[in-house]
Amino acid sequence: MTATALEPTVAAKPAEGRVRRVLRRHPKIVIGGTILLLIALVAIFAPYLATVDPQKVSPARRMRWPQELYWFGTDMMGRDVWSRTLYGTRVSLVVGIGAAALATVGGLALGLITGFIRWADAILMRIMDGLMSIPAVLLAIALMAITQASIQNVIIAIAIAELPRVTRLVRGVVLSLREQPFVEAATAAGTGLAMTMIRHILPNTVAPLLVQGTYVCASAMITEAILSFIGAGTPPIIPSWGNIMSEARSIFQVGWYIVVFPSVFLSITVLSVNLLGDGMRDALDPRLARRM
Amino acid sequence: MTAPLLEIDDLRLHFYTRDGVVRAVDGVTYHVKAGETLAVVGESGCGKSVTAQSVLRLVPSPPGRYVSGQIRFQGRNLLDLDMAEMRKLRGAEISMIFQEPMTSLNPVLTVGRQIGETLVLHQGMDQKAAEARAVEMLKLVGIPEPERRVREYPHQLSGGMRQRVMIAMALACNPKLLIADEPTTALDVTIQAQILDLMRELKSRVGAAIILITHDLGVVAEMAERVVVMYAGRKVEEASVDDLFARPRHPYTLGLMGSIPHLGSSLVHNAPPRLAEIQGVVPSLREEIPGCAFAPRCGFATERCGRERPEIEELAPGHFAACFEAERVAAQFAEAAS
Amino acid sequence: MFAYIVRRLLATIPVMGVVALFVFALLHLTPGDPAVLIAGELATDADIAAIRAKLGLDQPFHIQLATWLWSLARGDLGISIFTNLPVTRLIEQRLEPTLMLTLTTLIVSIVIALPLGIISAWKAGTWIDTAVMSFAVFGFSVPVFVLGFVLILVFSLQLDWFPVQGYTSISEGFLPFLANITLPSVALGMIYAALIARITRASMLDVLAQDYIRTADAKGLATFDVLIRHGLKNAAVPIVTVIGIGIALLISGVVVTETVFAIPGLGRLTVDAIVKRDYPIVQGMVLLFSAVYVFINLLVDLSYTLLDPRIRY
Repeated sequence: MTATALEPTVAAKPAEGRVRRVLRRHPKIVIGGTILLLIALVAIFAPYLATVDPQKVSPARRMRWPQELYWFGTDMMGRDVWSRTLYGTRVSLVVGIGAAALATVGGLALGLITGFIRWADAILMRIMDGLMSIPAVLLAIALMAITQASIQNVIIAIAIAELPRVTRLVRGVVLSLREQPFVEAATAAGTGLAMTMIRHILPNTVAPLLVQGTYVCASAMITEAILSFIGAGTPPIIPSWGNIMSEARSIFQVGWYIVVFPSVFLSITVLSVNLLGDGMRDALDPRLARRM
Repeated sequence: MTAPLLEIDDLRLHFYTRDGVVRAVDGVTYHVKAGETLAVVGESGCGKSVTAQSVLRLVPSPPGRYVSGQIRFQGRNLLDLDMAEMRKLRGAEISMIFQEPMTSLNPVLTVGRQIGETLVLHQGMDQKAAEARAVEMLKLVGIPEPERRVREYPHQLSGGMRQRVMIAMALACNPKLLIADEPTTALDVTIQAQILDLMRELKSRVGAAIILITHDLGVVAEMAERVVVMYAGRKVEEASVDDLFARPRHPYTLGLMGSIPHLGSSLVHNAPPRLAEIQGVVPSLREEIPGCAFAPRCGFATERCGRERPEIEELAPGHFAACFEAERVAAQFAEAAS
Repeated sequence: MFAYIVRRLLATIPVMGVVALFVFALLHLTPGDPAVLIAGELATDADIAAIRAKLGLDQPFHIQLATWLWSLARGDLGISIFTNLPVTRLIEQRLEPTLMLTLTTLIVSIVIALPLGIISAWKAGTWIDTAVMSFAVFGFSVPVFVLGFVLILVFSLQLDWFPVQGYTSISEGFLPFLANITLPSVALGMIYAALIARITRASMLDVLAQDYIRTADAKGLATFDVLIRHGLKNAAVPIVTVIGIGIALLISGVVVTETVFAIPGLGRLTVDAIVKRDYPIVQGMVLLFSAVYVFINLLVDLSYTLLDPRIRY
């Protein structure tokens, strides 16, 4: 690239320079990544950062506004909102990453199958078309309605709801690659289907899947909060942001601070994941980046 | 003698890009008299199109910036006008035909609408009158069944027909100046001839002056009265068509002619000549060139040409060239011709 | 054109068939006995048997499927377990608020997003563009209910400009209706507006780089005419497509927005049904919302011919 010639210092240390240059060109990755890292640290060290046990009920200290001891105040059962919000970070991250991983792996598998096997394509894509016509949150709600509330089920329900879009993406990549000369040449040279997939197809799905997976993570976090908020998500005994907001809904007019803190955390977390996704998309697909 | 219709005076247009300053137009001066046809010739990237687009102020800014110079139309400097005044001129007094008839018409509006639009805008016609006039214009440019075609969309027309529509659009308001930017380049050879015939015929009827931008000297010989040859953002030669073909004084012009086997008859040949047949490449406009920009590709170049830039000078009445070796060039041409 | 419409209508049948089968299968493929789940922890065996009978779970599988499909074909969505009312009747009762909320949201979002997207593309690379695109990322990231709470907090509780919650039918006066519907529409519309603004910008950027825009400029048209008459119509197809796809976001959002703002609509009905595990209602809502989504996107497809004369079916 021409920029390299203009920056001799960069050219001198190519490995370090390239990373740094990508980061400088894509501040969204830096900002999103940094915030996300901080949030992940909060999640990991929640037990140390929390001031009291998030589940500890103390009726004597109900509905305290944010103050010295209770930074985010206490809720209607006297539980410490600061501690609960910190623990909520764990739920959000686990569900976001879990659902993204599950949907990505599942979508990759289904996408490869549909891309290579004609008859499976016909059947699976009909099913995917059907599933795709059910709005994702509604689909997750419907799935949660028939199972027991648990974090694991929330992850599965959200992953299933996001599955059709990921499958479509992978299938699209496979179909376009199958027509490429190097894949046709590999097939003609007698390379087996499995080998072709591993060597030629999989590497090309990594970039789009990474970007798509990040967006799935962001929307899974929102969906988890929505499910918990309407009472169909994470079990009420676990402090998740959606649960905290759901519990405080009825007393919103007097205790709106209880809703505000998890709201802010949720928004910032989702924003950082979205920024990371946008940044990676810009970096990995410059053609698209110019347009969006 | 009355003042020319349009005078471009020492125009400098530079583009400020991330990779440096591009001197797309670097001190260009030429003029067009009312009713005259002036051809501007040069390779792609020589600044001929940008200069012409500057007349309508169509060059986006940023990155483009007018560093110096004036563009006087009927005595008014267009570079001083605000956008509202400029819009009153565009399409009414000065109009433009572009190279690509395939992409220069709006695909989602009917032909009649696109022609009528300028009439509604500049002459205050109502939709109905504008459409009636659009039908007339289509008839004028030789499109059969104008009443039907006026309601069609560009994709329903052939390339030649679309260029006729472009011409109809440009002439709808009887402009005083028509800028035609490579109007026939994208067309088949037979269609090219038809469009040129049409332009000549309409010119005599409408009386508009034309700036014809082209890289095809064959087209120049058929259409123009005077020629400006541009190279690397500068004018290198200017003469009447007869003088230029009889006695070219710039080696670049000579090179252009070398790529035409028989003068003025390129339309007969299947492959229209291209300027790229001159050896070497157009220099980058990013860096200031100390000497003559053409020197690296020039057979006449001396040591002086690499050091000092030749200024444009009037070597014979009405014949200008920017070359130290102008007389040698002319002499060699005369020798080769005889 | 007519043949195409018929063909497209027929093509929706397998899609809706898959949705219907999926909704049916949900009840049978889940681990455990749905009747036990629905009845709750305090139910007696008799209660569970009653629910099983009501859902037809005591019938053989193929009979259940046939019965389910047959009633669907007749437009019967079953009977609610708790209210004993037909699901279609419940939907009818709750339809108006949801319809009004989605319509106003649609209008609010498009009215906000289109100009923002157009200006952003026109001023691409400037601070205006950056601001609009930041707004878009923000809109994608703030969940509907968070925004809803913030709006209530600021505009209802602090400034007292709007009622806190509830819904007033338009038949009871336009102004009260408007007062109630404004905040929910803005909350629900934010993510949708962000989506539309983004695609409008991207599509307009493509169009503004085209030769015919230069032609329009060369004619002396005002910037507004160039952007709208020559630009927007060419940029419309992708924008309308995304508006159609985005309906899914709107539907998902309705469920939450109606909960936050206590609007007695279909979303509220769905949430209540989930909490009570009134399964026929949940099934009916999934079917209804999906059908609406499929139908709207069919309309979007058909609209292409109006927007672009080059597209003919």
